[in-house]
Amino acid sequence: MDWFWLVPALPLAGFLVLFVTEGKLPDKVVAFVGAGSVGMAALVALGVGWQFVASGQSSFSLPLWTWIAVGDFTPSITLYLDSLSLVMTGVITGVGFLIHLYATGYMWQDHEEPKGYSRFFAYMNLFVFAMLMLVLGDNLLTLFLGWEGVGLCSYLLIGFYHRDPANGYAARKAFVVTRVGDTLMALGLFLLFWEFKTLEVQAILADADSLTPGMATGIGLLLLGGAVGKSAQVPLQTWLPDAMAGPTPVSALIHAATMVTAGVYLIARMQDVYLLSADAQHVVAVVGLVTLLISSFTALTQTDIKRILAYSTMSQIGYMFMALGVGAWSAAIFHLMTHAFFKALLFLASGSVILALHHEQDIFKMGGLWKKLPIPFWSMAIGSAALVALPLTSGFASKDAILLTAYDNGGWLYWGGGALAAGMTALYTTRMMIVTFFGQAKTEPHDDSKANMWLPLVVLGILSIGGGWFGIAVLDDLLGPIGPLDHFTPLALVTIAVPILGVLVGWVVFSGRVNVSAVVESGLGNGLRRYWHGGWGFDWVYDRVFVKPFVAMARINKNDVVDLVFRIAAALARGLHYVGALTQTGRLRWYAANLGLGLVLVLLIVLEVL
Amino acid sequence: MAIEVPVFHVLILAGILFLLGLAGVLVRRNIMFLLMSLEVMMNAAGLAFIAAGAVWGQPDGQIMFMFILALAAAEVAVALGIVLQISRRFDTLDIDAASDFNG
Repeated sequence: MDWFWLVPALPLAGFLVLFVTEGKLPDKVVAFVGAGSVGMAALVALGVGWQFVASGQSSFSLPLWTWIAVGDFTPSITLYLDSLSLVMTGVITGVGFLIHLYATGYMWQDHEEPKGYSRFFAYMNLFVFAMLMLVLGDNLLTLFLGWEGVGLCSYLLIGFYHRDPANGYAARKAFVVTRVGDTLMALGLFLLFWEFKTLEVQAILADADSLTPGMATGIGLLLLGGAVGKSAQVPLQTWLPDAMAGPTPVSALIHAATMVTAGVYLIARMQDVYLLSADAQHVVAVVGLVTLLISSFTALTQTDIKRILAYSTMSQIGYMFMALGVGAWSAAIFHLMTHAFFKALLFLASGSVILALHHEQDIFKMGGLWKKLPIPFWSMAIGSAALVALPLTSGFASKDAILLTAYDNGGWLYWGGGALAAGMTALYTTRMMIVTFFGQAKTEPHDDSKANMWLPLVVLGILSIGGGWFGIAVLDDLLGPIGPLDHFTPLALVTIAVPILGVLVGWVVFSGRVNVSAVVESGLGNGLRRYWHGGWGFDWVYDRVFVKPFVAMARINKNDVVDLVFRIAAALARGLHYVGALTQTGRLRWYAANLGLGLVLVLLIVLEVL
Repeated sequence: MAIEVPVFHVLILAGILFLLGLAGVLVRRNIMFLLMSLEVMMNAAGLAFIAAGAVWGQPDGQIMFMFILALAAAEVAVALGIVLQISRRFDTLDIDAASDFNG
């Protein structure tokens, strides 16, 4: 397993090649390098994973070098493989490769940006490298390096079409909002270092019992702050819908499958710290519950297909947080994996639809597409079934495990909230499918996708169905028991029935069999719709509480008070220069006279007359 | 026979010569006279060296005078070049005409 370092090294090499050639490579070579490096990394990861499982070890670490050595503080760059990071690595390289492959087709005719093709794959490869460092680092410092690296790539790719200022704004918003969380996380890391004098994860976890409950709560909440920012949970969720400004493969890779689940990984990694503090765990669960409720209601009112999927991503990550909060660690990671499959599938399929309709994203301008775009339609249908958690799909296996464990460990509140949101999920997904693919055609599609675009859809479709069986068969051993999988208790039957009921209600309502316009158009209905459409007013509040006052203060302080010090120094230097320049008259005899005067003065001083 | 001249008198003479030269440098505007005044100042310094060397019976004073001669020769070589340029460009030998070279 010593060649394990190739997994992060290959995407990094791909990035370096694309970076130093500055877009001078032909597009076909770029596609080969960009997708090929991640594909090779996926193959290596598969081989290493096979060896790792076969060897029966519980963990394997591969020290590469010492990063810095300052006194006792010697963080090393060490790759650490255990079941958790193995699952994450598999998702990142496997799903990442499929998305890269898809992107070679999706970005092909995209000549909006000069050299954009090469730049796109350079960022994507750098992202995969940073994400792998995040999950493979055995040290919280390495994790933080990857953490910030994926944030940077997210910023670069959201603002990929940088000619439109709105995209730049969305990118800055994502960067600044996640930075709020990252600051909290950095504080958490400082606290950890203060307590343990090291940032090595295993050393911390082994010694976690020495923490006082108060300190464990503090550290847990600060790390949760970082996770909340990165994973777009309440109250730092506002950046994710705007992040959809990036190209669709970016949304699939970064804002659905991998980066936004980094928070889940962080909390699962530090679970021994959370186990010491019931309060911190409780907060994690509540954050997840609130997010999944808010975002599933918001998704019901969106009209942009990518924004629907973005809110749905938030709510699915909410499920993972809730699972983490009630102690269902393996169920959370299981849902992370299945979610990566079906949400990547949904995003890629929606990308095919968007491309076929010439970058139309409003679902009400679509319609009637199911016959004309068969592969995107069936992919989307499979992805939606998994998202809704219909039986026999992967989403069903993982979401049921979460809901049933939430009931066992958390009680009615968590189960009820989760089940309500599951019903809402069924409702908004049915709405999206019916409005997009059925009814009257409003735009004529133009589909010329090649094998590199439909192949990933097919593979992800298979994974979205079969991923659940894989999870139950393999993850159960690898990560520990996933949860109660008995589907014949009354509670479990209700849990199964809710999404099916949601789909039926959605079908009845949105196919127009029952006219609900009277309810929707009433004062209360309309008000609620607008309130939900705006994301429950978070953006509105943040705009007034933070953005506007900040802009106003910046306007008042346009000349920068701090700069005054330097401006005074500059003015002083300029004044002295002016005085000095006055003596430079150019009159030689005047210089000679001054020389003589100076000599006399010096002589008088030396002779102590003065 | 040699007449003993008190060193104090020689130094006063050197001082007077030096001040005359300095006054010439400060007052004259013609570059040629400026240069000649400079020569006078240097020779005043040289005379002081000679006197000092004679008083202490050391050769250093005379060696310094030879340095001053060499310095004067070099200085005149450079200065005459500058004088030539100034007279060509400004069509005068007035030093104040060249006061454009200010900082």
